[in-house]
Amino acid sequence: MQKGFINNLPRIYGLYTGGFLGFIALMAILEQFGVPADVLGILFVTFTIAIYATIGWLSRTMQVDAYYVAGREVPPFYNGMATAADWMSGASFVAMAGGIYFGGYGYLAFIVGWTGGYVLVNSLLAPYLRKFGCYTVPDFIGTRYGGNTARLLAVIVLVVASFTYVTAQINATGTIAARALQISFEVGVWFGLLGILLCSMLGGMRAVTWTQVAQYIVLIIAYLVPVFWMSNAQDFGLIPQFSYGSAVERIGELEAAAGVGQLMPSESFVGLRALTTPHAAASEGAFASWQFITLVMVLMCGTASLPHILMRYFTTPSVRDARRSVVYSLFFIFLLYFTAPALATFTKLQIMDPNLATGIIGKSIADVQSLEWIQKWNNVGFLAISDSNGNGLLEINEFFMRGDIVVLATPEIAGLPYVISGLVAAGGMAAAMSTADGLLLAIANALSHDLYYKIIDPEADTRTRLIVARILLLIIGAGGALVASLQLSSILGAVAWAFSFACSGLFFPLVLGVWWKRANRQGAVAGMAIGFLAGSYYLYHVRFAGGTPILGLDHLRFGIVGMAASLVAMVGVSLATEEPDAETQAMVDAIRVPGGDTVLDQTH
Amino acid sequence: MASSQNKAAHWQRTRNLTYVTLAIWFFFSFFVHWFGAELNTISFMGFPLGFYMAAQGSPIAFVILLFWSTRRQEAIDEECGVAE
Repeated sequence: MQKGFINNLPRIYGLYTGGFLGFIALMAILEQFGVPADVLGILFVTFTIAIYATIGWLSRTMQVDAYYVAGREVPPFYNGMATAADWMSGASFVAMAGGIYFGGYGYLAFIVGWTGGYVLVNSLLAPYLRKFGCYTVPDFIGTRYGGNTARLLAVIVLVVASFTYVTAQINATGTIAARALQISFEVGVWFGLLGILLCSMLGGMRAVTWTQVAQYIVLIIAYLVPVFWMSNAQDFGLIPQFSYGSAVERIGELEAAAGVGQLMPSESFVGLRALTTPHAAASEGAFASWQFITLVMVLMCGTASLPHILMRYFTTPSVRDARRSVVYSLFFIFLLYFTAPALATFTKLQIMDPNLATGIIGKSIADVQSLEWIQKWNNVGFLAISDSNGNGLLEINEFFMRGDIVVLATPEIAGLPYVISGLVAAGGMAAAMSTADGLLLAIANALSHDLYYKIIDPEADTRTRLIVARILLLIIGAGGALVASLQLSSILGAVAWAFSFACSGLFFPLVLGVWWKRANRQGAVAGMAIGFLAGSYYLYHVRFAGGTPILGLDHLRFGIVGMAASLVAMVGVSLATEEPDAETQAMVDAIRVPGGDTVLDQTH
Repeated sequence: MASSQNKAAHWQRTRNLTYVTLAIWFFFSFFVHWFGAELNTISFMGFPLGFYMAAQGSPIAFVILLFWSTRRQEAIDEECGVAE
């Protein structure tokens, strides 16, 4: 599993991809022979998890640098795939297209924010942190600014931001496992956690890296194949991403005819929505523009502050490769994100266009209710139909569904074989598992390296450190699963909060640590503490205390308030106190130059 | 080992490249989308332009921008003799 493994990566993952495509073909053949859909779903999910677990087992290690930074030998192309899987969560995979379906233009802020953030990662942070040679993000803060207070604050922000995120991922694995394996949700959550831990427990970052590459391959195939298939089956064009302009236009006409935005639903179903927002139209005026760009900004700065992403760039052999990794990451993420709006558009067109065989809006209620996919998803509470005005026809405000349907049910709406639905389940599982793994590892590594080793017991030997790291992984994973199994919707709806928490506390301390030599310990401590507290208080104020948002900065955008407070506090306090000593300034000079030794030792 | 003069020149050029990159980033992240409603009145490849820029235009611009700036940065590292 050493040099030979790295040199053979193209062959290994080529075989893996071919094997996975062969597996899909086998499933398609089994379907033809009448194997029931349930069995195919079970096979898809268990087979892929078994592969990830095998990779996790093969990557086991007792070396510190392999456990924390995958031995710093991950080539950029593969690190890009691993980061993309790390990044794209169950929510990106399952909910992104549905969000665009319901939210229209306004929701596209997520597409812009979650791609453009990588420009900040590449320009401001990744190569410099790689040169620093740290194991974790708090490791950088603690060494650059010095002192346990700064390190501890960074750990706290990291844990809060990552933990809000990870419960949602464990919840997603539970939901998918429960449906595919036909077990209860509570059991599904623990089953999902077991799969996640099999990938990370034994091999830490090294195991997570190589499973994430495998998971990316599954998730991108699972996302793209149905879209290409559907588009070609319905004559939208060979590469649908570039040719759905006319579909957007047609939806505009249909929406006017169907009264989208005028006809409001007169009933409500828990967790389901009727379409009320036009697809492509942007709201006019400065306030709407301000809302769009503030959301973009929080998502971008959050991207550049989330430790589970930044730590992926510590695994490359060199600074140059860290930079190249970011470029590959963005490209691999882009493949999914520029497909999501196309998928949302096609699904909407298929549902709304009376000229298409799949159209249901304007048809008779009785006809629509006899459709197989309507019945199936109605049974599991994912959609509902109600003839509110009693005219016997299905109007736009009488059709309710969950956003997730856009990804999960589109193969069935378009009449694709079941094997595609099984593939989509495996893809969703891969997306949720890979993100959960990255987040759990980020939390456990920060606690074991920064809190336990650097602050509590600096004398600990390697063996103890790695055992502590694994025990923490287990405890945090179990904690996440416990919270997920409670199904507190207030936490699960809050994936976007992770971005605001992260940028409130960490964005400026990280960026200024590289770009402003004058930034000192007192400034960084103030920046983290005040930014994080101001952001958290503002969140409490607008979300739970019934306060009115200032300038339209609602609970999704509280990071703007946190970042502003953080910047002012950090600059103000830094300038009011002594400048950093010569040694620290030399350290900053050293990380700005790619060549030469890392600031921290190779193993520390 | 690179001289301190080289290092100073290298940081100067790295900073300038970063400013240019961030200016382009700013344009595609914020400036364009500030005018989303206005751009939507223009049609581009069948798309309303504002919708297109958010769904595809800006992400494509980010990918190209990163490819370009990374190549530039590698050239700067080489020319200043501070590459690894």
